[in-house]
Amino acid sequence: MKRAFPILAVLTALLLVYAFYEALWVAPMERTMGDVQRIFYYHVPSAWTAFLLFFVNLVASVVYLIGKNAKADALAAVSAEVGVVFCTVVLVTGPIWARPVWGIWWTWDIRLTTTLVLWLIYVSYLVLRRFSDSSQTPKLAAVLAIFGALDVPLVYFSIWFFRTQHPQPVIGGGGSIDPRMLHVLLINWLAFSCFAFLVCWWRYQLELLQHDLEEAQALEALLGAEGLPATSARARSPLNKTPSRPGTV
Amino acid sequence: MNSIKFLYAAYIATWVIHGLYLGSVLRRYNRLRQQRKDLGK
Amino acid sequence: MSSLRSITVATLAKDIRLEWRSRDAINSMLFFSLLVVVIFSFSFDPNAEESREIAGGLIWVAFLFAAVVALNQTWARELRNQVLDAYRVSPAPANALFVAKALGNFILVSVLEAVMAPLFMIFYNLRALGPAWQLIPVAVLGTWALVVNGTFFAAMSLRTRSREIMLPLLLFPISIPAVQSMVEATRIILAGDGSARFWIVLLLTYDVVFTTACLGLFETILQAE
Repeated sequence: MKRAFPILAVLTALLLVYAFYEALWVAPMERTMGDVQRIFYYHVPSAWTAFLLFFVNLVASVVYLIGKNAKADALAAVSAEVGVVFCTVVLVTGPIWARPVWGIWWTWDIRLTTTLVLWLIYVSYLVLRRFSDSSQTPKLAAVLAIFGALDVPLVYFSIWFFRTQHPQPVIGGGGSIDPRMLHVLLINWLAFSCFAFLVCWWRYQLELLQHDLEEAQALEALLGAEGLPATSARARSPLNKTPSRPGTV
Repeated sequence: MNSIKFLYAAYIATWVIHGLYLGSVLRRYNRLRQQRKDLGK
Repeated sequence: MSSLRSITVATLAKDIRLEWRSRDAINSMLFFSLLVVVIFSFSFDPNAEESREIAGGLIWVAFLFAAVVALNQTWARELRNQVLDAYRVSPAPANALFVAKALGNFILVSVLEAVMAPLFMIFYNLRALGPAWQLIPVAVLGTWALVVNGTFFAAMSLRTRSREIMLPLLLFPISIPAVQSMVEATRIILAGDGSARFWIVLLLTYDVVFTTACLGLFETILQAE
C-alpha cells in the first residue's frame, strides 16, 4: 500500500480536476438558480462521504467493543476526524448556496439540520478522545459513537415533524434530477470518495506512528534506567502487522 | 451575476478546509516522526 | 431480580439520606435555579406577547442548566471515597448503581423544577390554554431524558480532563431531539395550539431507547474507570 500511495494520489488528483471541470463547464445550467447551483456538485458528495465515514466509525466502534481490536479503534478515530472535516464542508457550502438562492443563510432544512447535529455529536466525540485518559479512550469513544448512532433517527424524526408544523424552505432541492447532472454528481462523488480514502489512509499512518511512539516511550521509561535498548517496542505494538518472531502477535 | 461570487466562495472554502486539515496532519506527522527519531537514538 | 431492586433501593436511600443531612448542595442548586429564572426574566421581557410564545423554550433551557449543575456532582461523593472501586470488585450488578444514581438525580432535578416552574408562571403570567395536565408527562419524560443520559455521561466524564465541561459537551448534542420535543410540547400546551401528542410519543421513544442503551452499556464504562 505504501508504494501504491503516490500513484493513487496522482490519480485521485486528476480525477478531482476532471470532476471540477465537469461541474463548472460540462454540467448544464440549472433553470431557476443559474450557475450558483453548481455548488451542489461539491455540497452533496461531501455529505454522502461524511455520512459514509460516520458509518464506518460506527461499525469500527462496535467491532472494537466486541473484540477489543486496536486496529478497529484506530480506524474509528481516523474516520471520525475525516468525517468531521467533510461534514464541515457540507455545513459551510450549504449556507453559501442558500444565501443567494433563498435569501437566508440558514433554515431548519431537514438534511442540513441533521448534518449539523451529526457534526456536533462527532465534534464532542473528538473532544472526548482528546480529553480522556488514553488507556480508556477507545472504550468510552466507542460507547459515545453508539449513542450518537441511536440519536440520529430521533433527530431526523423530530426535525421532520417540526417542519410539517413550521414550513421552511428546502435547501438542496428535491425531486428528480437531470441525468447529465446526475452523471456529474456521481463523478464528483467518486473523486471525493477516493480523496477521503487517501486522507484516511494517511491519517491512519499518523495513528500507527502515535502508537509506536507511545510504546517506545513506555519502554524507555521502563528500561531506560537499566541501559537496555527500547527498540523492540515496535515489534510488540498491537497495530504492527509483521511480528519480530513468527507465531507471535 | 453577483451570485457567481458565492459559487467561487463555496469551492474555495471547500479546498481551504481540506487544506487546513491536511496541513495539520502533516504538522503532527512531522512532529511525531521527530520525537520518534529522538527517542530511537 | 430482587437483589437488583434491593441494591437500587438501598443505594438510593443512602444517597437521599446523605443529601438530606448536609443540605448545602441542594440549597445552592435551588438558589442557582432561582437566579436563572430571574436572569431570564430580565433578558426576555415577560410582558411582551412574544415571551408567551417562547416561554416553553425558556423554561426548558433553564431546567437544562439546573440539571447540568445537579448532574456534575453525581459521582463526586463516590469518587472521593473510592466507592467505584469497591463497586467494581463487588458482585453487585452495575445497573443497580446506575438506576439508583439516575433516580436520585431525577428526584433532585424534579425538586429544582418544582421550584422554578411556579416562578416562571408568576414572572411570565403563564396560563395553559391547552390541556394543562399534559404538562406532567412532558415534565416527567423530559426530565428523565436529561437525567438518564446525564448520569451516564457524568460517569464517562470521570476519567477526563475538565470533567465539568465534558458533561454538557457530551450531553447537549445527544439531547437535541429530546429538548426540541420538550420545548415544542410545552409551547403547544401553553398556547393551546394543536396536539402535543407526537412530541410526547417522541419523548417516550427517546426515553426507552436511551434508558436501554444506558443500562446495556453502563457495565462497560464502569469497568473503564
